[in-house]
Amino acid sequence: MPIGIFMFLAAFAIIAGFGVIMQRNPVHCVLALALVLIDLGVLFMGLDAVTLGFLQIIVYVGAIMVLFLFVIWLLNIQADPGAGRHLGLKLFGSIAAAALAAEFAAIIVHAPKIREIRTLPADFGTVAALARSLFSDYLVAFEVTSVLLLAAIVGAIALARKVSAPLVLVTPALSRDVSTPASSASDPAAHRKSA
Amino acid sequence: MTPISYYLALSAILFAVGVAGVLIRRNVIVMFLAIELMLNAVNLALVALGRRIGSMDGQVIVFFVMTVAAAEAAVGLAIIISMFRNRDTVNADELNLLRW
Repeated sequence: MPIGIFMFLAAFAIIAGFGVIMQRNPVHCVLALALVLIDLGVLFMGLDAVTLGFLQIIVYVGAIMVLFLFVIWLLNIQADPGAGRHLGLKLFGSIAAAALAAEFAAIIVHAPKIREIRTLPADFGTVAALARSLFSDYLVAFEVTSVLLLAAIVGAIALARKVSAPLVLVTPALSRDVSTPASSASDPAAHRKSA
Repeated sequence: MTPISYYLALSAILFAVGVAGVLIRRNVIVMFLAIELMLNAVNLALVALGRRIGSMDGQVIVFFVMTVAAAEAAVGLAIIISMFRNRDTVNADELNLLRW
């Protein structure tokens, strides 16, 4: 990637990244993060990771960020009222993050050289190359990931659903059914509850 | 051609911004967004280094990170929803039931 384009994209990503943590309204934070993610997707494509770049935009921006937006709208979260509070915390957080950035800079400056591959394989970063790696070397991890996604789906539904009438009412009705089947059969209320 | 250290520097800056977001903001959802920002900063470093050594492994790891991030976002947002339902707030300062 030409260095001019990289500098533009990098500046854009950093500005939008600051927007994520400085916007008062959570919806604006999500939109700023979506900009960062699109920007990083373009950077991925410039690094010969075209498949990942598209996946980044489709999965991250198209699915995860929209999920965040839906949750913010569902909870009807307004902008932060406590703007001037936590000055000490903000100072501490900024200094800690700046110290971390300085540490990263020192590591990058003093990092040893790594060997560079000048000629990449022709299919580097394509769907075929990614799939070949995914379904051979990383097959076990891939299958475990599918189990993880299933567990996440079930867990998310179990956590987010309203634990109200059905779960509480069914249990006593059922236990009464087991203990005294004759009385529950004649009781229409118990039938309605267990159904 | 952009040197790889530029990509690593951008990745480091974005990661530090994410850390600052988690430390500074008190809105749980915005803290969560800052965590996603950190995940993506690391992804950029992985892709850049994988490109540099000519290996697909970096991209495969980024693929897994994206999958796990999707699962994490789904479960985390579900936790936030149930938290909001029980405590009626998403401010981390007000969620102090376990504070001694």
